[in-house]
Amino acid sequence: MSADAPRVDYRTEPSQYKHWKLSFDGPVATLGMDVVEDGGLREGYKLKLNSYDLGVDIELHDALQRIRFEHPEVRTVVVTSLKDRVFCSGANIFMLGTSSHPWKVNFCKFTNETRNGIEDSSRHSGLKFLAAVNGACAGGGYELALACDEIYLIDDRSSAVSLPEVPLLGVLPGTGGLTRVTDKRKVRHDRADIFCTTVEGIRGERAKQWKLVDEIAKPAQFKEVVKARATELAKQSDRPAEGKGVALPRLTRTESAEGIGYRYVQVAIDRARRTATFVVKAPEAAPATEIAAIEAEGAAWWPLAVARELDDAILTLRTNDLDLGTWVLKTEGNAAHVLAADAALVQHKDHWFVRETLGMLRRTLARLDVASRTLFALVEPGSCFAGTLAELAFAADRTYMSAGGGEDEPRITLSEANFGALPMVNGQSRLGRRFCEDEAQLKAAREAIGKALSPAEADALGLVTATPDELDWADEIRIALEERAAMSPDALTGMEANLRFAGVETMETRIFGRLSAWQNWIFIRPNAVGEKGALKVYGKGGKAQFDTTRV
Amino acid sequence: MTSIDYSEKIPNNVNLAGDRTLQRALEQWQPNFISWWKDMGPEGSQAFDVYLRTAVSVDPGGWAHFDYVKMPEYRWGIFMSPAQQDRQIQFGEHKGQPAWQEVPGEHRANLRRIIVTQGDTEPASVEQQRHLGLTAPSSYDLRNLFQVNVEEGRHLWAMVYLLQRYFGRDGREEAEALLGRRSGDQDNPRILGAFNERTPDWLAFFMFTYFTDRDGKFQLSALAESGFDPLARTTKFMLTEEAHHMFVGESGVSRVIQRTCAVMNQLKTDDPQKLRAAGVIDLETVQRYLNFHYSVTLDLFGADQSSNAAMFYSAGLKGRFEENKRSDDHQLKDASYKILGVDGGALVEREVPMLNALNEVLRDDFIKDSIGGVSRWNKVIEKAGIPFRLAVPHKAFNRQIGTFAGLKVSPDGRVVGQEEWQRNQSVWLPTAEDRAFVASLMGRVVEPGKFANWIAPPPMGINKQPIEFEYVRFN
Repeated sequence: MSADAPRVDYRTEPSQYKHWKLSFDGPVATLGMDVVEDGGLREGYKLKLNSYDLGVDIELHDALQRIRFEHPEVRTVVVTSLKDRVFCSGANIFMLGTSSHPWKVNFCKFTNETRNGIEDSSRHSGLKFLAAVNGACAGGGYELALACDEIYLIDDRSSAVSLPEVPLLGVLPGTGGLTRVTDKRKVRHDRADIFCTTVEGIRGERAKQWKLVDEIAKPAQFKEVVKARATELAKQSDRPAEGKGVALPRLTRTESAEGIGYRYVQVAIDRARRTATFVVKAPEAAPATEIAAIEAEGAAWWPLAVARELDDAILTLRTNDLDLGTWVLKTEGNAAHVLAADAALVQHKDHWFVRETLGMLRRTLARLDVASRTLFALVEPGSCFAGTLAELAFAADRTYMSAGGGEDEPRITLSEANFGALPMVNGQSRLGRRFCEDEAQLKAAREAIGKALSPAEADALGLVTATPDELDWADEIRIALEERAAMSPDALTGMEANLRFAGVETMETRIFGRLSAWQNWIFIRPNAVGEKGALKVYGKGGKAQFDTTRV
Repeated sequence: MTSIDYSEKIPNNVNLAGDRTLQRALEQWQPNFISWWKDMGPEGSQAFDVYLRTAVSVDPGGWAHFDYVKMPEYRWGIFMSPAQQDRQIQFGEHKGQPAWQEVPGEHRANLRRIIVTQGDTEPASVEQQRHLGLTAPSSYDLRNLFQVNVEEGRHLWAMVYLLQRYFGRDGREEAEALLGRRSGDQDNPRILGAFNERTPDWLAFFMFTYFTDRDGKFQLSALAESGFDPLARTTKFMLTEEAHHMFVGESGVSRVIQRTCAVMNQLKTDDPQKLRAAGVIDLETVQRYLNFHYSVTLDLFGADQSSNAAMFYSAGLKGRFEENKRSDDHQLKDASYKILGVDGGALVEREVPMLNALNEVLRDDFIKDSIGGVSRWNKVIEKAGIPFRLAVPHKAFNRQIGTFAGLKVSPDGRVVGQEEWQRNQSVWLPTAEDRAFVASLMGRVVEPGKFANWIAPPPMGINKQPIEFEYVRFN
């Protein structure tokens, strides 16, 4: 990818989709993949056989958002292909072969998040996903299917599911493939070993026997069987048939060399110091707290608006501004308004729209947890680290709170939202992670809910890293940032990823940690990307040359 | 399991009698093959005595043994061309190394895929043609149809042999699956698109054997170069039989044309309606059939730029047509090839890496070869003094695979709009009406020496037998 390529924009909408067709039939939505060969996000490759690049996945992510918010009546999402005899052949190899290392890593991270998001919606929002695999399904195509609740495979004696990355490309099925095969599908590890080293994959009855798919059906019955199962799955959902969707208008933002601005989120960029400073603002006035009013505000309702803006800012910076190694997180505004919004989130958490909004906040904050950037939160006078916004401080690698300002001293206020409503992908609340699930510390913090905590109190509860006073503040912060910026970006990424996820492991953390880490290592090894590496020579007819040393 | 006299029951030169693994595999597979043949082979023909050629050895005297035989009792044999001493791999990254006598583990998946794809076409065409016997235009043609059918059956055996002998359990399963798929069955189709099309009438059959079996010739020729020696030797022998299939096609179309021209001269008309009324197939319809079968067959060569093609060549699995007669380095790493692409609605030449363009290279070889027969057909028309000429359409016409898929191109190679395409579709491709008309001519003529009205007799019989020889005995 050339350095002067246009910046990637994550904003899109169904009328702009090139690669997906979203259709609705009562409680069942169908996400039909129909990738346009010449519609790649970058030059230099053709998206043949429903293979995908970041652009295709950006549309998928958007389509999921549309289903979540604009179509509350949808209970089951059928993921399928609109092409003949091919479901999806995974990430485009030529795209991977010509991409820079950071591009590959960022691309995989986003696709991982999208697939995790599918499971997140199934777990929390009652959206069920059915992969209707109506043709060849390889690599990332199977990984997409794996993210669905169930996989139905067409039994036409030729369509197979496969993870051919190892034998064909010398890399891993790195978007959750290896992990989901064992952890989610419960495929025996020796069978998984055969499956993951068999280029042609496994089809029909054996695919079902090995638990790689849930059901198989002949072509003549396939559509009917899928439809019946989709209807069946829909019955497990409590999404409202009569719910009125909330339109997601295109986010407006201003962009300049100095930064990106939205209504509630400002990002100031300091290229020289390689720092981006996020300022997240509380609503200017008390937010709507009754359902009717919340629905009336729709996408403008502060919790959703701020989540969408923050999400877009995170994605934009992660993809386009690789050199901005430190993100400083700040907040601004009236904490009472944030807490009022939190109260509404808790009170109406069973209402579909509030539930989706909470999900959006949860997934957005989870993006921070896996961002390969140093996160420092600065709690300063005028800030509003309360409830949901306090999660920014708890997501950070370090949190500095300025002390000694008398009346102007900033406060941190905890709310119910800090105790499990917005878990990390390892299932822990950020406070749980912070206190290594120590019950005494968590209890003390819980007792402080609703209290505007001074720096001394926050420090005593262990909520902040340090509380420099006004005389030390400027220098302490400057030195901390400069010192950080001088360290190896690679080592920092590795260290932060390790320290942020403490203790508890889940399938998601295994994907982001173990699988991605191995993949990212393989991605820079000559065996994959050297002149004769498997990924480089793929498709050109050359044979990969391996350094046979086992590392 | 009954013991079988292998050399008698299954003529072979692969030491079947001494290979227990292979015996076990074939003992399971052979009854299933016979039951497939009874279900899906030529309809209503099981009891006929057919004057057939059977290969009983690969010697010049043995590969064409003629006698009457009931088709279910046909001795499908397993033959390879004789081994060539110290044969080396002729191309790709392994060029100059000894040819493989066993499957290299590294290439197992690709070789298996190549063999399965080739193998799948063999029973497919038998299935496609199974009803044609009911409407044969003569005993001679009926026999030719059956000859083609049993040999496609033998080609299936040849591929099954490779799968069972060299690919272990996987291979046995794939061999079973070859009998499981059915041409045109929505639930269970054959692998390649053209082999799920119907072969509804004899003109289609002749076109199929001329064009589509010619694809077979080129695929087999490319595989005959393979570094995997058993595949090379097997396909090489299959080529000797494939030649007859193309002869059936070329002479069949030629005789259709000859008959039409005779009636045109007799009636002194070139009006298709009048000719149809006289019970012969107008040349315009012949051209439309040609357009269809030619373009569908071009698709069989695959995408014009293919990473598989590059990989197969470099790995030494599949070569080019007449690899040995080419004077390049047989590795093609820096070579390029001109292919046609689409740019802003126009066809333009583009230079691409040769390795990726090898499907196109083979397709272009096929095109050159196809044109030869078409000009021989034109000679028949010319000799009759009729100004009409047949021609193959442009290679971008009516394509479903590769760069041209979805593009509307006229037979003369112009990119046309939807409107022009719609307007001319019935001029360029066979219509339902054309097919219905051709079908209406298809009555059964099997009395020795008699021929249907729409086709001329051949110049000579089979194996030096007279034309009025009783090629099929209907017991």
